[in-house]
Amino acid sequence: MTVSLHEMGVAALGRALAAREVSSVEVTEHLLARIAGEKLGAFLHVAADTARAQAQAIDARRAAGQALGPLAGVPIAHKDIFVTAGMPSTAGSKMLAGYASPFDATVVARLTAAGVVSLGKLNCDEFAMGSANENSAYGPVRNPWDLSRVPGGSSGGSAAAVAARLLPAATGTDTGGSIRQPASFSGITGIKPTYGVCSRYGLVAFASSLDQAGPLARSAEDCALMLSAMSGFDERDSTSAQRPPQDFHAQLLVRRDGASAAKPLAGLRIGVPDEWMSAVTIASEPGAAQTTGTSMDVTMAIAQALKVFGSLGAEVKRVSLPRTELSIPVYYIIAPAEASSNLSRFDGVKFGHRAAEFTDLAEMYKKTRAEGFGAEVKRRIMIGTYVLSHGYYDAYYLQAQKLRRMIADDFQQCFAQCDVIAGPVAPSVAWKLGAQDNDPVAAYLADIFTLPASLAGLPGMSIPAGFGEGAMPVGLQLIGNYFAEGTLLHAAHAFQQATDFHLRAPGVAR
Amino acid sequence: MVLTPQDVSRIAHLARLELRADEQAAMLGQLNGFFRIVEQMSVVDTRGVEPLYTPLSAVHAVALRLRDDAVTEVDQRQRNQASAPAVEDGLFLVPKVIE
Repeated sequence: MTVSLHEMGVAALGRALAAREVSSVEVTEHLLARIAGEKLGAFLHVAADTARAQAQAIDARRAAGQALGPLAGVPIAHKDIFVTAGMPSTAGSKMLAGYASPFDATVVARLTAAGVVSLGKLNCDEFAMGSANENSAYGPVRNPWDLSRVPGGSSGGSAAAVAARLLPAATGTDTGGSIRQPASFSGITGIKPTYGVCSRYGLVAFASSLDQAGPLARSAEDCALMLSAMSGFDERDSTSAQRPPQDFHAQLLVRRDGASAAKPLAGLRIGVPDEWMSAVTIASEPGAAQTTGTSMDVTMAIAQALKVFGSLGAEVKRVSLPRTELSIPVYYIIAPAEASSNLSRFDGVKFGHRAAEFTDLAEMYKKTRAEGFGAEVKRRIMIGTYVLSHGYYDAYYLQAQKLRRMIADDFQQCFAQCDVIAGPVAPSVAWKLGAQDNDPVAAYLADIFTLPASLAGLPGMSIPAGFGEGAMPVGLQLIGNYFAEGTLLHAAHAFQQATDFHLRAPGVAR
Repeated sequence: MVLTPQDVSRIAHLARLELRADEQAAMLGQLNGFFRIVEQMSVVDTRGVEPLYTPLSAVHAVALRLRDDAVTEVDQRQRNQASAPAVEDGLFLVPKVIE
């Protein structure tokens, strides 16, 4: 074989396994050896023995002539925000150190049923709260492209492991950008589907009206294969979308009406929000204005990528998302409000950490939570508790939910004029570890371009689109209308057939 | 609007979080920094706008789905209590609440 096993993506591995050019045990051993030497901090738990057993079982089923799907025998790993019965589930928090879940998350169970081999659990920001993976209680993750930089977050371990060719794909979750932004920072492909497409059952809850699961992989095709297995209606999630199972791989390959080999995207209208390609000023009180403009390197990479889409037959046009900057306060009211409610379950009674010393029940709660939660989680619990408290609910939470509808309506106006919205994922490339340690609000501002689609519940993805400052990857964000994952994946696949950004690997991946 | 140290203490109590003095001080500055960017929300006229509590209701009516009121889980008390800080005879132990 001319290509190393770790360079092969999900689709390529699936084909090689099906053709019996390689066994699942061989792939699994090869990746386990690479993971044993990883210095990124991407893994929180390596399940070598159970992975070997899963690989052997798949190889035996294949040898027995059983019909197996495209993911059978392909090794992956899970963001440690999904609970797993056979592996620890920490959510990146001291609160859940040593926690043994009695069940598997639906997404995990579905991937296991599709025959994947689970190599372990991946580092993430505590309770998925963060954009740099620096909020994990188990240490930061490093960006494989530059070990002094962050990989993005909160699915930072997933993104770093896939970028470093430790895994062909990983699961992630996205509440305000936690799949798209680390995919962008780490130079890989990731998709957050429409809210309701993947079950939230067994996903440690952060903000329930925003949380969605999705895959991170090295191509749109690989993401399509993963998403097909992960998604689908689940009666155990009250907001699961009641739709028939989707074959996203077939949707990715479908030929558009009027398309040709040279113009595969003929007729596709791509809208680029004016507000996303220029400086955006966060005007608050006089004298306290902060600017979160898109940096020049990112703007140039995005403009080049849009030219490629034009050359593939797409019509690139201007649209407007006038309330983009409002997405920041709206999200950072709603998400912490839901988080403060969801995280009230961590009280030291039924599971998780309990303080060693206390005099009464109230003190047990307070000390348990003080010891178990990290600084960012405490900040968000405080914000959420305040905005939901008596006398403040209308001014903050209710007003934010009204603005949320206005933001969602803005998207529908755009989708009257275009099929896909395109723009940057983040205003800059990955920053240095520690760069935002003392300024949590600055980190919130950097989420500006991923928050709008999260608030509206729309599908969004990030695809590698070039390189910027420090030779760091730049991701292009594509946003579709509700349940238009197939359109996004199709457009991303066409781009990846015409470019090689998604095939570039960092030095540590060799 | 500016939060005071007393506000931070009150919110921490509501959230059942014990904060050290240095954490309280840092939290006060960070929360006030955050609420400065929130102020822009208040100037938008949202009269007559329905709040969007769940995203898909932006495009169609979303009914809350209820399952049948039937037992679907098997009894696995031991597994469910495996990660509990303190259990005895299948019960969760907490400090004495009623004298």
